Amino acid sequence: MKEVNLTELEAAFQAKIDSEVRIEPKDWMPERYRKTLIRQISQHAHSEIVGMLPEGNWITRAPNLRRKQVLLAKVQDEGGHGQYLYSAMETLGHSRQQSMDDLISGKAKYSSIFNYPTLTWADIGAVGWLVDGAAIMNQVALCRTSYGPYARAMVRICKEESFHQRQGFEIMCVLMKGSEEQRAMAQDAMNRFWWPALMMFGPSDADSTNSEESLKWRIKRHTNDELRQSFIDATVPQAELIGLTIPDKDLKWNEARGHYDYGQIDWNEFKQVVSGHGPCNTERIAARKKAEEDGKWVREAAMAYAEKKKARKAS
Amino acid sequence: MSALNTYILRIADDSLILGQRLSELCGHGPAIEEDIALTNVALDLIGQATSLYEYAAEIQNGGKTSDDLAFLRLEHQYLNTLLVEQPNGDFGMTIVRQWLFDTFRLPFYEALQQSKDAQIAGIAEKALKETRYHWRHSSEWVIRLGDGTEESHYRVQEALNFLYKYVDELFYMDDIDKEMIEKGIGVDLESLRPAFNERLKHVLEASTLSMPAYEWKLKGGRVGRHTEHLGHILTELQYMQRAYPNLQW
Amino acid sequence: MSTKDWPLWEVFIRSKQGLAHKHVGSLHAPDAEMAVENARDVYTRRNEGISIWVVESSQVFASDPSDSDAFFEPAQSKVYRHPTFYEVPEGIAHM
Repeated sequence: MKEVNLTELEAAFQAKIDSEVRIEPKDWMPERYRKTLIRQISQHAHSEIVGMLPEGNWITRAPNLRRKQVLLAKVQDEGGHGQYLYSAMETLGHSRQQSMDDLISGKAKYSSIFNYPTLTWADIGAVGWLVDGAAIMNQVALCRTSYGPYARAMVRICKEESFHQRQGFEIMCVLMKGSEEQRAMAQDAMNRFWWPALMMFGPSDADSTNSEESLKWRIKRHTNDELRQSFIDATVPQAELIGLTIPDKDLKWNEARGHYDYGQIDWNEFKQVVSGHGPCNTERIAARKKAEEDGKWVREAAMAYAEKKKARKAS
Repeated sequence: MSALNTYILRIADDSLILGQRLSELCGHGPAIEEDIALTNVALDLIGQATSLYEYAAEIQNGGKTSDDLAFLRLEHQYLNTLLVEQPNGDFGMTIVRQWLFDTFRLPFYEALQQSKDAQIAGIAEKALKETRYHWRHSSEWVIRLGDGTEESHYRVQEALNFLYKYVDELFYMDDIDKEMIEKGIGVDLESLRPAFNERLKHVLEASTLSMPAYEWKLKGGRVGRHTEHLGHILTELQYMQRAYPNLQW
Repeated sequence: MSTKDWPLWEVFIRSKQGLAHKHVGSLHAPDAEMAVENARDVYTRRNEGISIWVVESSQVFASDPSDSDAFFEPAQSKVYRHPTFYEVPEGIAHM
């Protein structure tokens, strides 16, 4: 009896998905759909929060007042976006605290790109242009994801993100118009961030374990390779326009495909970084852990005060 | 350098240095919501500083830009109070520093709105709105932490005990101020003390904190004599401009 | 290992005079005052609002989706509630 019900429920659920009806928090959903979403949304949220760190690294050293304000506003937005996403995740019955604990213990993943260091000011340009550019490719697609709260958070995020990539590209443009030293700085950032940016789309379709189910449930709407290709096609002309060289000797336009062909991604490096052995994994987690621990007494105090106030009101 | 110029730089430097301090915390706040809130304060302060530096650059009329003023002076040429350059410490220290500063800035900008210098009055009017919110936020936190747990009470009381010696300098006045007051441009800081003390007392009572019982007062920032911290702040703040001089970014 | 997180609040924003408050998301805050302030900083960084409501999430009572047939379908058949149900002679305006 129960078995039959489950099959029926799943069929009804899939029918909803297929006819583009959004799933809302209290609707019935397969347990795996819920779990997949919790995993994906929390990873996404963590990426925003951890993503504050490499760029935050340059706020106090930003070269002028305008850049300082822009960078502050941008990094702050990442915090906001993390919050929108945790908020979407919490509608699935998974608490933010639980999710934070998983991040700090190293159990939860986040985008591997944020385990790379920001070494020069040009890296802030490269992160905005390439990393946000790659993220936007993903995020625009997610605005139509099947889970309502996630899709709504993405719409809001995409609206706000539009300035992020531009400010990064602007930094690169100014550098490329600058001194020889500045151009070298920009090219060096490009060299270090290009391949990790391509890895942001995840393993190639042949090796992607979660893809098929996510596509069926329309959590994802495009495969990793499709999105990666769109990003490359969009970015190469931008780099050429300002005189940056893409560090890929195999990169060339393929007239027949209507796309750029590109070289082999070093998946070994990707696996290393994802499994915790990137240049800054330890530092990133340590920074989040420290913020959590340093903030503990503050959060407790605010709760204690709220409870006292409630008690005073009651008496 | 004219008195007006010095007067503007003193206000601007307070905003810049405190903004710089707060921006160190972006990404490290005690909760995401508070991280975002503190960054908003930092943005407001750096925005205020920018408007003031632009005006100072304009009246100096020596080809300097707002960025030159913000990034390319020497330590003793920064005129901020010692309070704003104190390290962030724990969140208690950060918020008490903010609260003391906001409690001063609120009546200050209220008065500065009446400045006969239209540009200054305009900047003050905008900054006042921002400061009202900053004060509300920082004083609410002081109350919560003071009347929160035993630990939080202890921490904020310690922060207050440490920072209180820098409060008097907020009211520092010299010939620059006298000239500005006479011209109807500046504010008689002495006249702000009652409003400042009243606000302070009100929050202290609600937070169950006590006023430090010492008479120890430190000053020097307004004439360019700072604590050891400023040099380090400038090391970061000025890094790019010093390492790569005369370039566009 | 963790302490109890601050309670969750649902945030509603009025974007301009004349419009209703609209749900925009949620956040954590120790109490209502802080929830309003946090909502200001998290959800109105780009002039999105002129008024904020916050409601503790645990206080929201919602209809159950499994009741939705019983709740909402009966209204679907009541076409006579809609003006297009009625025939009006041609040439009649303002009705």
